[in-house]
Amino acid sequence: MSGATGHALAIERLSKRYGSFTAVADVSLAVGQGEFLTLLGPSGSGKTTILMCIAGFVAPSEGAIRLDGRDITALPPERRDFGMVFQGYALFPHMTVAENVAFPLRVRKLGAAEREAKVRAALDLVQLSAFGDRLPRQLSGGQQQRVALARALVFEPALLLLDEPLSALDKKLRAELQDELKALHRRIGRTFVNVTHDQEEALSLSDRVAILNHGKLIQQGAPAELYERPATRFVADFLGKSNFLHGTVREVFAGGFAIGAGSTRVVTAAADSPPLGSQVLLSLRPEKMALLAEGETAENSVTGIIESWSYLGAGYALNVAVPDFGTLRITLSTWNAPIAPREGLALRLGWSAAASVPVLDDAP
Amino acid sequence: MIRRQDAGWWLLILPAFLLMTAFYVAPIAQVLAISFTEPTPGLGNYERLFTSDSVQRVIITTLRICLITTALSLLLGYVLSYRIALSSPSAQRWWILAVLVPLWISVLVRAFAWVTLLRRQGLVNETLMATGVITEPLALVWNEFGIIVGMVHYMVPYAVLPMLASMREIDPRLLAAARGLGASRFTIFGRIFLPLSLPGLLAAGLLVFIFSLGFYITPALLGGGRTLMVAEWIGLQILDLLRWGLGTMMATMLVVAILTTLAVFARVVDLRRIFGGGA
Repeated sequence: MSGATGHALAIERLSKRYGSFTAVADVSLAVGQGEFLTLLGPSGSGKTTILMCIAGFVAPSEGAIRLDGRDITALPPERRDFGMVFQGYALFPHMTVAENVAFPLRVRKLGAAEREAKVRAALDLVQLSAFGDRLPRQLSGGQQQRVALARALVFEPALLLLDEPLSALDKKLRAELQDELKALHRRIGRTFVNVTHDQEEALSLSDRVAILNHGKLIQQGAPAELYERPATRFVADFLGKSNFLHGTVREVFAGGFAIGAGSTRVVTAAADSPPLGSQVLLSLRPEKMALLAEGETAENSVTGIIESWSYLGAGYALNVAVPDFGTLRITLSTWNAPIAPREGLALRLGWSAAASVPVLDDAP
Repeated sequence: MIRRQDAGWWLLILPAFLLMTAFYVAPIAQVLAISFTEPTPGLGNYERLFTSDSVQRVIITTLRICLITTALSLLLGYVLSYRIALSSPSAQRWWILAVLVPLWISVLVRAFAWVTLLRRQGLVNETLMATGVITEPLALVWNEFGIIVGMVHYMVPYAVLPMLASMREIDPRLLAAARGLGASRFTIFGRIFLPLSLPGLLAAGLLVFIFSLGFYITPALLGGGRTLMVAEWIGLQILDLLRWGLGTMMATMLVVAILTTLAVFARVVDLRRIFGGGA
């Protein structure tokens, strides 16, 4: 199975309407050869509909889907040659693990010897060689998930589609299988399209993430790019946690601008700046603020009082009331923490201009 | 303390138990007894199973009609259930109503309706003659054909209900998954849908076959006294010919046949699962 190259997929201006309800609105996406793309969004964001359009189970209202430039929009699912891992795995309950994995090969009328060899290779790939004779119900959730993967990969599909592949598993197993899935992708070099509502899964697995909300594509890019430079309030909020600072543009300078809210001034780094006097929103990640010692300075600083705090093992989460911005959430590493948090403690917070990112306010 | 409570609970089912014993178990035991004692004590009645042509003919006719009825009911019922299982939930309600309505109409009314349709001057023969397809009326009723038509009509709902129940348990994602893996519609049906609906098919077959074995009214009316099935034959022996020994022997054989069928099926499939018990 190794050495096979991935295929490129292009989604062009895809829309899907059910009566007056728009499930997907004008989404365009390109998935490169061998890339791992994740469609991320809350439920009802249209991510599954897009995946079903790619798989061929849902016919788009408008737009086209191309595989390596060829239009496959009208092709039925059984002729697309895409592997798919369904939510809940959809293993055939009356067939053994080996029969499940052999099914796509049987359908393609492969000879018995070749079929057996491929089934064995696929089961090896997911480390289930010893389980070929079991029935799906005799396997654990994680093992079933791997059978579904083997079944979807055994016929060397052009594309692997994953519909919330890890959502049915408990947290620890999920993390384990995330690593496995990522390693598998590296090893076989195929193009993967994954759908999830789990932002951690999206960040850790993908080469690229497309964030969807209400059927619209909000932003796409590499995980770090999306996390560090979210374009909108929705992205900043959905991907990790964020504080939001409202203010008016007071100064504009090369490479950034400054906003004011009440008596507080906050500088931010930005390529292009909004006009003076306009209202803007800045996103500020909780881990990007630091406690300032006596006399220490930073590009931005505020003073505040701890309203409440919690201990999370690796870190503290503090809710700090600051003038003009309400309550800011800040996380500190517990190891070598400069303070022992308690309610009512006054402190100074500082952060760099680059840490506060202007975002579009798309909140409803 | 616990014992007394238990005894109390057992007392509650005592009336039902006595009722069952008095009106169900006792008569059957008596039937069994008569079959060994009338007209003379011994196995004389059972010997007739091997020596009497008329007894053998009745048994073979009954088995043949039951097997054909079961096969046709399963075929029609399966097609119907498949159609229902794959339609939208609102359409399913109408379909199920359409299947159940005949069940609520008296079996007598339905048998007579078939007689009026199938007799020599009935609607079917008249239409075929008027359009010139046939010149002589076909013998559609008062024979095996008529019995089978009436019985299949009666049995199809009983075939549909267990099959539909088992088809509705099939996860539609399995069918989508098979399609996504490259299977054609025929392959999906043959390799996924049919095997997964097999428990319902077996349950329906069992139900229809056992019902058919002892069926009385429809064969009596549509057979016109010429084609005899076991139930009518028993009635004839006991009520008209007063041969109690022979009639009860055949009744005993009927009970044995039903229990044997159940036993065979119980080896093949989990009956409790089929009929919804346990789980």
